[in-house]
Amino acid sequence: MKSECIRVRNLFRGFNGKNVLDGIDLDVAGGEIFGLLGPSGAGKTTLIRILTGQLKADSGEALIWGKRSDKLEEADYRRIGAVMDAAGLYDRLSCYDNLLLFTRIYGLKPDRIAEALETVGLADAAKKPAGRLSKGMRQRLVLARAVLHEPDLLFLDEPTSGLDPKTAAAIWDLISRSQQKGAAVFLTTHNMEEAYRLCGHIALLDRGKIIEYGVPEEICRKYDSNHSISVLLKSGEQVIVPNMKASAGQIRSYFEAEQIVSIHSQEPDLENVFIQLTGRRLD
Amino acid sequence: MSSRRVMAVFRKQLKDTLKNKEVLIQFLMFPVLSVIMSNAMTVPDMPANFFVHMFATMYVGMAPLTCMSAVIAEEKEKNTLRVLMMSNVRGTEYLLGLGAYVLAVCMAGSFIFGLQGGYRGLELAGFMGIMFCGILTSTVIGGVIGIGSRNQMAATSVTVPVMMIFSFLPMIAMFNRPVALVSRWIYTQQINDLISKSAAGWQSFAVIAVNALAGITAFAVIYKKRGLLF
Repeated sequence: MKSECIRVRNLFRGFNGKNVLDGIDLDVAGGEIFGLLGPSGAGKTTLIRILTGQLKADSGEALIWGKRSDKLEEADYRRIGAVMDAAGLYDRLSCYDNLLLFTRIYGLKPDRIAEALETVGLADAAKKPAGRLSKGMRQRLVLARAVLHEPDLLFLDEPTSGLDPKTAAAIWDLISRSQQKGAAVFLTTHNMEEAYRLCGHIALLDRGKIIEYGVPEEICRKYDSNHSISVLLKSGEQVIVPNMKASAGQIRSYFEAEQIVSIHSQEPDLENVFIQLTGRRLD
Repeated sequence: MSSRRVMAVFRKQLKDTLKNKEVLIQFLMFPVLSVIMSNAMTVPDMPANFFVHMFATMYVGMAPLTCMSAVIAEEKEKNTLRVLMMSNVRGTEYLLGLGAYVLAVCMAGSFIFGLQGGYRGLELAGFMGIMFCGILTSTVIGGVIGIGSRNQMAATSVTVPVMMIFSFLPMIAMFNRPVALVSRWIYTQQINDLISKSAAGWQSFAVIAVNALAGITAFAVIYKKRGLLF
């Protein structure tokens, strides 16, 4: 059984009389990628700020490795890495010097810098000032900084927001590699593909409340009200048949005639689940 | 408290300043002006080391104050300060690292003034000691403005008038008696009096101490109330 990394119970936080987080419950196990999905303003960043000890909750429990998040100590922070919504890079300093600062803060050997830059594909830009990097390169540098000390828990707040698909895919690869090394990842996103591809569990957050929680595939199946199967034929025709015994003959005939290009179940994606639950889109 | 993290901030700041023209010019402008003016202008009956004393006073009132507030405000605006805090750099460690850096660089600038003024040995040590008192007070006041401002624009709008009062009042006081009555209560006037030996004594150090204490109190109140990241 995997160890518990994050435990949140009945968490409340308000701003100006409005509940931004309204009774949040969730668990993240060690080595798991957990996705928190929700539109802008849903409370995702507020939750990360509470979990990283930057903000206090009004009430409820937020525990990291069994410790209250507002009581984390140096040794705990040494095990945490974070990519927040704003980069926080020193624009005048080179990529190397940006990371050098953090090797000194964490007491690491500077050898780690070349390794981290290599990992995010910025080895050739080591001497380039951070202010002259493209948005994608900056985000990769921020990720390199977050994983520099090989943390056991990574908080990633919209890590691929606004990036091109190639850079986003490179960052997904990095996140997966961190997980393979044993890190738990707490990821906020409104990118469905990102959540579906990476996350073991997700929570859908809307107006400060978790409205659905579970394994992405299971959530999609749960909200599959169509129960249909889509068959794409070689003729280009797309046939939708009910997902029931009575359709077996029709589908078999397509197989026998070798007409099938692809065949898919028709459960909704996470975006459509969110729309079903809230009547609104995620982004 | 970790000396490793204090030194990390100090060394980062040292490297960053070499690439930050706005801050670098603050450190270099007055020492360089003092050297140029002292060697380029000779006015009959002008007091000895007039330009050294005048520019050193301006330097005390301007360089540490503007640098401290500008760096803190920039770190807030660009979110680098939040990242440092997330990496378990404590507010006190950050402020100590930055403050030590500002003090060290300004003392290096003061050394140039000292050499230009022809001070040697104990006299130079005394001059540096007086400059240290003023620079320390300005560093605290710059810290107050920095932690009390949300961004660089807000910091600049406060820094400029405060810096002008502390830098220019002692100079204006030379020619204007009513201004002199006011300026004797500010630390830069006392620094000017001490280094030019126009007045010296415990009263000067008492005024500097009161100014510094007022700055430290304001700093403590704002820091306790808002923290570094408000």
